[in-house]
Parts: sequence; C-alpha cells; structure tokens
Amino acid sequence: MRKHALDLGRLLAVARKETIQLRRDPRSLAMAFLLPLGLLLFFGYAISWDLKDLPIAVRDEDATRSSRELVDALEGSNFFQVAERLDSRAPIDHLLRHGQVRGVLVIPRGFSRDLAAGRRAPVQLLLDGSDANTAIIMMNYADAIAARWSQQVLLRGQQLPGLATAEPRVWYNPTLASRNMIVPGLIAVIMSIIAAMLTALTIAREWERGTMEQLAATPVHRLEVVFGKLLPYVVIGFIDVAGSTILGMLLFGVPLRGSVLLLAGLTLLFLLGALGLGIFISAALKSQVLATQVALVATYLPALLLSGFIFDLGAMAPVLQAISRIVPARYFIAVTRGIFLKGVGVQVLWIQGLSMIIFAAVGIGAATAAFRKRISA
Amino acid sequence: MSAAVEVRDLTRRFGGFTAVDRVSFEVGTGEIFGFLGPNGAGKTTTLKMLTGLLPPTSGEAVVAGVDVAQQALELRARIGYMSQKFSLYGDLTVDENLELFAGLYGVTGERFARRRAWALHMAGIEGQERRLTAELPLGWKQRLALGCAVLHEPPLLFLDEPTSGVDPMARRAFWDLIYELAAGGTTVLVSTHYMEEAEYCHRLLLMHRGRIIAQGRPAELRGLMAEPIYSFRTDHAPQAVEALQHAEGVREAALFGRDLHVVLDPERDEPERVRALLAAAGHAVHGIEQVEPSLEDVFVALVRREGGAVTT
Repeated sequence: MRKHALDLGRLLAVARKETIQLRRDPRSLAMAFLLPLGLLLFFGYAISWDLKDLPIAVRDEDATRSSRELVDALEGSNFFQVAERLDSRAPIDHLLRHGQVRGVLVIPRGFSRDLAAGRRAPVQLLLDGSDANTAIIMMNYADAIAARWSQQVLLRGQQLPGLATAEPRVWYNPTLASRNMIVPGLIAVIMSIIAAMLTALTIAREWERGTMEQLAATPVHRLEVVFGKLLPYVVIGFIDVAGSTILGMLLFGVPLRGSVLLLAGLTLLFLLGALGLGIFISAALKSQVLATQVALVATYLPALLLSGFIFDLGAMAPVLQAISRIVPARYFIAVTRGIFLKGVGVQVLWIQGLSMIIFAAVGIGAATAAFRKRISA
Repeated sequence: MSAAVEVRDLTRRFGGFTAVDRVSFEVGTGEIFGFLGPNGAGKTTTLKMLTGLLPPTSGEAVVAGVDVAQQALELRARIGYMSQKFSLYGDLTVDENLELFAGLYGVTGERFARRRAWALHMAGIEGQERRLTAELPLGWKQRLALGCAVLHEPPLLFLDEPTSGVDPMARRAFWDLIYELAAGGTTVLVSTHYMEEAEYCHRLLLMHRGRIIAQGRPAELRGLMAEPIYSFRTDHAPQAVEALQHAEGVREAALFGRDLHVVLDPERDEPERVRALLAAAGHAVHGIEQVEPSLEDVFVALVRREGGAVTT
C-alpha cells in the first residue's frame, strides 16, 4: 500500500483559491483589516487607567509662600487641576456632594511656621470616596507630590536631611502610563478574536455552499486543506500584528524594546493555534452564523477577562487562575508585554513559547480531526 | 470485459435506518451504468461509498482496483466525482476553478494547458474564462463542473444526478458529453430519477428503499414486466380513468397524454373486455394499441410485486 504523501502543490492550490475568495469578499476583508484597526484605535483611546487633570478645590488658610508653592506643585503635576480656591471651609461639603471637585486640599494656618520650625506640617486632603479606585490613586499621587515637594524644601538647606526615604523607581514603564500596558495587551486580545473569527467562516461557508463535498472528492489530504486555508490567514495575521505594532509605536508612543524576530516567531505560533481553533469551530458546526458566534464567545470573553489584560491574574480566585491557563491570549499577552516593554528574550519567554506550541498543535489537530469526521458524515 | 467496479453486500446504516441494504453488483470498463430510483432509494449513499466519501457499515467495494474503505485518497486520484448540488466555487472565475482542480489533481504544465483547452471546448464556454462562475447559466456550470471532475482523465466517473434542474435541451447536451467520455473508455456511473435518462444507460440498477429490485439492460428490464399494457383512445380520457378504477382484471389505469394507459392482469389479457366496460360507462373507444412498457412502468410494477408502495 503506497503512502499518500502530503503534496505542496495541492496545499498551494487550496491557499491560492482561499486568497482569491478572500480578496473578493468585502465582509472578510473588513474583518481582516478594518476591525483590528478600529478596535486598536477605540480601545487605545478609550481605555486608560491614568488619571489626569482631576478637579480639586483648595482652601489655603495659611496663605504664605510655602503654602502657595505646595499648591503650585500639585497643579504642576498634571494630575490635579485647581478648580476652585475657597475663602472658607463652608462650601466643601457641597462641592464634593455635587461632584464638582474630586477632592479638597486644606492647608491649615501655621503650615509654614511648622515647616520653618522643622516640625511635621500636616495638610488635609478630603477625597470623594464613592469611586474608591480613583480616591486611592489620588491619595497616592498627592502623597508622592507632597513628599517630593518636602524633599525640595529640605534640600534648600533650611533643615538638615534627617529622614531616610524610600525612592521608588518603576522599571520598564517609568511613567506608569497604562497605555504602554494596554497597547501590547490589546494586540494579543484583538488577534485572538480576529484569528478565530476569520477562519470560523472558511469551512462552514464551504459546507453551506456545497463545495466541501467536491473538494473532499479530490485526492486532497485534510492536512493540505487545513494548512492551505491557514496560510493566507497567517499572512493577514502578520500584517495585522505588524500594523498594530507600528500604530502603537507611532500613535501611542509605545516602546518596542525586544527582538522583532522573536515577536514574529511567537506571533506565528499564536496565530497557528488561534486560526486552528477557528477552523475547528467551523468544521465542527458547519454553519457560518453559529461558528462566528461561538468563535466570538470562545475567544472574546476569555481574552478580555482571563488573560491578565484587564484583571491581574495573581489576584484572581484559584479556579479562575486555573481556567486562565488554557486561555491562549494569556501567554501571548505575556509575550507582547514582555517584548515591547521589558525587551526580554527566549530565556524568559520560552515557557510561553512552549504553551503556544501546545496550543497550535491542539488547535490544528482538532481542526484536522473535526474536518475528517465531517467529511464522511 | 474486466470489472471497473465490484461491489459485495455493501451496506450503510445511519443509526437505526438502513440507507443501503446489502447491495451487490459489477460494472464493466467503459460502461455507462445507471442508478434509477426515487429520492431516498439509496443512490446517493451508494455513490458516496463508492467514491470514498462515506465509509460503508459493512460489505466491500473495489473501485478501479482500490478498496474504498482502505485507500480513500488513492481512490480519489483515479476517479472523477460530480455531486448532486452544483459545487464549483461561484466566486472564482472559470479559469480559477480549472486551475484549482488542476492543482488538486496534480495536472500541471503542458498537460494542464491541453486539458484546460479541452474542458473549455467541451463545456462550450470558450471566451468565458474570466467570468465569475456564479454568473454562468446552470447548463454551462454543470458542463464546467464535469470538465473539472475529469481534468485528470480518470478511468472512472461518478455523476450524482448531474442534470437535476436543467432544461431538457441542456440535459440532452450533457448526455452527449457522457457518451463521448464513455466512447473514450471512461466508465461512467450515474444516478438519476429521470426515466428518460435511464434509457440512455448501458445497464441499470433499479433501487428502492436501499435495495436493488432489478438490474440489467433497459430492454431486459422492460422484459421483466409480465403485465400487458394497452393504450386506449377515447374522447374524455380523464372520466374514462374513473370508470376503470375498480374494474376486475385492471391493475392500473392512468392518463398518458390524451390517451388512457391500462395495465392488465397477465391472466386476463382481454383488451376487448375493457373496451366493453368503457362503452358501458358511455366512453366510445376509437383505437386500442399494445405499448412497450416504459422503465417507469417496470419500476412501478416491480415495487408492487415486492408488496411495497411507490413513493416518487
């Protein structure tokens, strides 16, 4: 019995046909190129965990040079914007209650005197705690600004520096710009969705149009069909990732510190798995509408919620952490963030690489198996 | 005549339903072999098993020297198959479809150029190479699909109701192509529910509810019908049919054009008695003629003999 060898000619014939069909289908083209672009722009601009120009009110009861300097330091940070300067403490409650300001800084009389005497000089910051996250961030910002300002005052030689202070340095993302974290993560999330959605259509469409049976009646091997169909989408996936990367760097100023080659290699692994998953869904369900919906649900929510994109995986319930281990986007996010922000190499990312090799093997294996089963049913 | 197809007790069950039930037959090289039967008779399922698209539940089939259950891919390189539904890619042009199937069948270079020219000529669509296949009339599409299915010059061709949906002219043109291929040595297995198409086949398999109820040449099959059939010419055939509904010795009375076709009991082959019955009911008979049974008559008679109802 002669073994039926895989044939590159047949594989390329399928790939070529798939490319022509894709080129003539505006719906698929839009999904392939416009959707990722739109998502990147939308999320890139819409999601930000940074707070800027938070409106605050100031009641300066001290009214000295020092107190004015402290207010200037707060305002100069870009985090706060002094919306009101108050003559008394009376309107504070009203302002916070109506949300006109997010916080009120009260500098009590005697502030500069205490400061000059080298005593602790407390100021009061009243915060709107109804949005706890924002309140905490404001508190940290204000603390940091006040501490830095105090240090400058000390350095001016008015007092001997007697206090040891911690000086935090944030590595990889020194300005703590959340966008730097979002954009690389977003590329991973978007590609998870797009890849599965694109291929979800491809086999279901052939079933619906009756072309699959004709294809199945030729000597084409199911692996040739699966890889032939994957090929054009891998190219599209690469274009998407490259485009998103360039856009992220130019538009959002995201740094790319690591190896482009490594990023490309790991992207390929990820795409093979994600596209394979789409083909599996498509072959198993045989209906374009159903396959698209399942592909969306199966990729979108996990990629968004269980990948570490929004929520820190370490802080999740153990059961969710366990589930997140089978979410491929989790590994790809670690890859994009690692390469973009930290510039790390294979010695760090090999575990993600290995996970994605497994994912690719499972995705393509499942696709091929589902395809064989369906051919004969 | 060596056998191109040998089938022994081929069976396919879907759950509790037996779609094809212990079917055995042989097809000789160069034959046009037809499968005739109503929808659900098991024709398509049989063809799918013979082309390796569907594994048999039991039994065996050797097609072009290959066991269909063992070497499906080997088999597909040696056969051409055209499914019931038009199944070329509508969003590809004529040329792109030809190139795709050439690629899948490994037809390349000079051989492809020759086969492409042949297929375009055969389908009568020269000059339409750059048109989207979806835009072509159905008859052209079907001939192109045939061209794609035999691009690799397979010794065997399977056609599953290839002409369903096209007009009689296009159907006739399609059969001319089948004859041409058979004359070139290709063995053709074709399923149909058109009786007139069945007449074009060299040999036929009559299938009903998954089983073979008869096989042979069209003339042989007609000979299987023992009941004589007469054509009666009357003025009001529809009313005359009514008059014979429960008449003794009459198996069946049906309209055939403007005439009345009456199947008689072989033991009571008395057409003059029927003339008298009709006259008694007020229908004058202007002429009686014994007619050759059509394959449809044979089919109906055989199914009735088996004790089954005919559902077409």
